[in-house]
Amino acid sequence: MRIDCKHVWEHISAYIDGEVDAELRAEIDKHLETCEICCAVLDSTRNVVVLLADNRVFELPAGFSARLHERLDEELALREGS
Amino acid sequence: MTRPSNPENEAACIRRILAGEKRLFHELIRPCERPIYFLLLSLLRNEAEAEDAAQETVIKVYRNLHLFRGDSQFRTWVLSIARNEGLGRLRKNDNRREDSLDALTDGESGDFTPAVLTSWREIPAEALEREELGALLRKAIEGLPAIYRNVVLLRDIEEMDGRETAAALGITEGAVKVRLHRARALLQRELTPKLKRFAPKGRKLFGWAR
Repeated sequence: MRIDCKHVWEHISAYIDGEVDAELRAEIDKHLETCEICCAVLDSTRNVVVLLADNRVFELPAGFSARLHERLDEELALREGS
Repeated sequence: MTRPSNPENEAACIRRILAGEKRLFHELIRPCERPIYFLLLSLLRNEAEAEDAAQETVIKVYRNLHLFRGDSQFRTWVLSIARNEGLGRLRKNDNRREDSLDALTDGESGDFTPAVLTSWREIPAEALEREELGALLRKAIEGLPAIYRNVVLLRDIEEMDGRETAAALGITEGAVKVRLHRARALLQRELTPKLKRFAPKGRKLFGWAR
């Protein structure tokens, strides 16, 4: 049975994560061979996911780590010898 | 991206800290700093408050380290402490609309249809050297409903797996999958029209680099 575009969209996220079973994956792959819309939806979604994982998108505020470890040092000193 | 730490080294490190080598705690907590901060930023939506809550979380982790039993990953345990810290602050803050993890349910309501397009030219990671692209992505994440934002933050930004994300957020793995799917669909719809201009020029992707 051929699956439709809407069916593909429902599984796009799981497909990207490799979490669809072999049978469904084969159906989706077959659909993708002839459907440029689903290919573009899949590629654009995957592109967004890849970009988000780049550390340059979300960076810790400048000095965050230094301030955190300074605070931690105060705590460790407080409990020194306890 | 957070590198997963080696659980055996972690357990040994915790034993040494509890036995008196307190300074080792600095190294133990370092790989957790990013996910702690961004989970709290996602909950509190305020950088200064997220930083304060992150410091408080780390102190609490240190004080309660003897209670960690090792039946979950250390980072998962740390993130559940961060989540409680964030939710506690949200509750205290009466004048703020309750936009917490529990405020929305996973009902069928809402439209999660992706943006329909007929072709997509890949935006390479190098394009992130343009500050406006990062700003665009951050704005889209900030615009997501809280329950989707939290999940996409841990799964796609901190690259934690579904199981750990579920444990850190106190939801089921099934809910993580549903929310992640919806979050990605919302992001794709919001972002694709705006991302197009960041695509490299020319027909071939070859040769396009910095």
